[in-house]
Amino acid sequence: MAIELSAVSYRYAGASRPALQSVELRLEPGRVLGVVGANDSGKTTLCLVASGFAPKVVGGRLDGSVRIDGAETAAIPPHSLAQHCGLLFQNAATQLSNTTSTVFEEVGFGPCNLGLAVPEVIERVWWAMRSVGIEDLAPRDPARLSGGQGQLVALAAVLALRPRYLLLDEPTSELDPAGTALVADALARVAAETGTGIMIVEHKTDVLARIADEVVVLDGGSVAMSGAAAAVLADPRLAKLGVEPPARVRLERAVRTAGLEWSPGLERALA
Amino acid sequence: MTIAPPARLEGLPEYVTRRPGGFYRSTNPSTKLAIAALEVVAAFLVPGWPGPIAVLAAVLVTAAAARRLRGLATIGLAASPIVGSILIINLFLLPGASDPIVRLGPLAPTWTGLWFGLQTVARLYAFSAAIALVYLTTEIDDLLADLARRGLGRRAVFVVGAAVQMVPRTIERAAEIVDAQRARGMDTEGRFWRRARGVVPLAAPVVFGALTEVEERTIALEARAFSAPGRQTLLRVPPDRVADRALRWAAVLALVAIVGLRIAGRFG
Repeated sequence: MAIELSAVSYRYAGASRPALQSVELRLEPGRVLGVVGANDSGKTTLCLVASGFAPKVVGGRLDGSVRIDGAETAAIPPHSLAQHCGLLFQNAATQLSNTTSTVFEEVGFGPCNLGLAVPEVIERVWWAMRSVGIEDLAPRDPARLSGGQGQLVALAAVLALRPRYLLLDEPTSELDPAGTALVADALARVAAETGTGIMIVEHKTDVLARIADEVVVLDGGSVAMSGAAAAVLADPRLAKLGVEPPARVRLERAVRTAGLEWSPGLERALA
Repeated sequence: MTIAPPARLEGLPEYVTRRPGGFYRSTNPSTKLAIAALEVVAAFLVPGWPGPIAVLAAVLVTAAAARRLRGLATIGLAASPIVGSILIINLFLLPGASDPIVRLGPLAPTWTGLWFGLQTVARLYAFSAAIALVYLTTEIDDLLADLARRGLGRRAVFVVGAAVQMVPRTIERAAEIVDAQRARGMDTEGRFWRRARGVVPLAAPVVFGALTEVEERTIALEARAFSAPGRQTLLRVPPDRVADRALRWAAVLALVAIVGLRIAGRFG
């Protein structure tokens, strides 16, 4: 049971070079995998390929093997992919259906598409909205939300499908620190309580330091580093790959550079 | 006046199950569509003045009773440039018209052109007012749910919904781009020529932005099981009372009768 990418290379239709090259990756249920990298390093493409929507919906050419729970994604129809993998983009405006007039119905759009019974749709919608703390937005018009609120609604809409895996492309990019912390905690809770495997593309490495079990660093479409989150995020090579380390790591380095000792007390105070 | 939701929708929040109350607004959306179709057909197929005048009178009375007269007036005003040009073209250039009202050098507006132009304008207003009244008295979600319940495919329902919602959202987006371009120094006011030059930097981001988002929207829809087989669950079920059904069938029969009479040449 996992999403497994084996020797995966992917090239968009008409592109001169591949967006992903020889990528090996494994996302297990209940685990949180962080993905970081400079702009144009292939992070969004990795989400599309791992979810099976590229090349199935996007087009392009895929080499290698992408399996979801043992099944090749090429053999899974798109509506079944949606139940296996929840996919969320950075731009909330493009995630919404534009056919509903309340957030409640927007979050219920996916479960309704699956033809679930009304009581189950209701239960899923409230659960998803509670998970990201947006119950009070339920009566609002999705078109009249702020960017951050829209992002939370889009996340709830994906959660309501109860996928086994969540692939999130910068889900906190438009959120303030409080909203970012809320989403990070919600994702950690969803992974722990429901066994959902989460792959999260994030520039905010503090979020990954908080919730990720493992981190993968992409560079030019290839995996440059991977391993346990704490080790990768503290690796001195991270900055050279266009990734800013978490605040705790930067602070520790600053303390040590100043010739001071990084004590367990400081570590506890930061936590 | 609000209508209680069907038993199978119990548990849904009130803001989803609440149906609009009041004259005509509580009428079933498909019934309103059937009435609008009848009015459109009557406005164009009934010859002379009776067709458009009867339709305009019916729409105006309904809009007044439903308290939507102001919205209808706004839409009517928006159509005024087209209406004006139709009048002017017919007044001066109607082929075969030879009864001048007055001679203005080479120009000679005619009585025939004036009457034909006014009648065309009346038909155009009757047509657009009939459609606009549906838009002004119907929540789009209710219309879509009703169409889906009657078996219209989910893709067709989505296209209708997205197209209707796209208009106000594109206007909002254009307003944002106008603000952004103004902040970068573009002159969007003043003389006509200056404003005309600003159209390209305004229109291009709206059009290209919408096009580049299409792929992302497609993937997002697929990621929300849009292409799942089987029937979609409906959270809204607009009531379809006996009066709604009777009115709808009456409208359909009247529409068929008008088309039949027109084909048979019984209008004279």
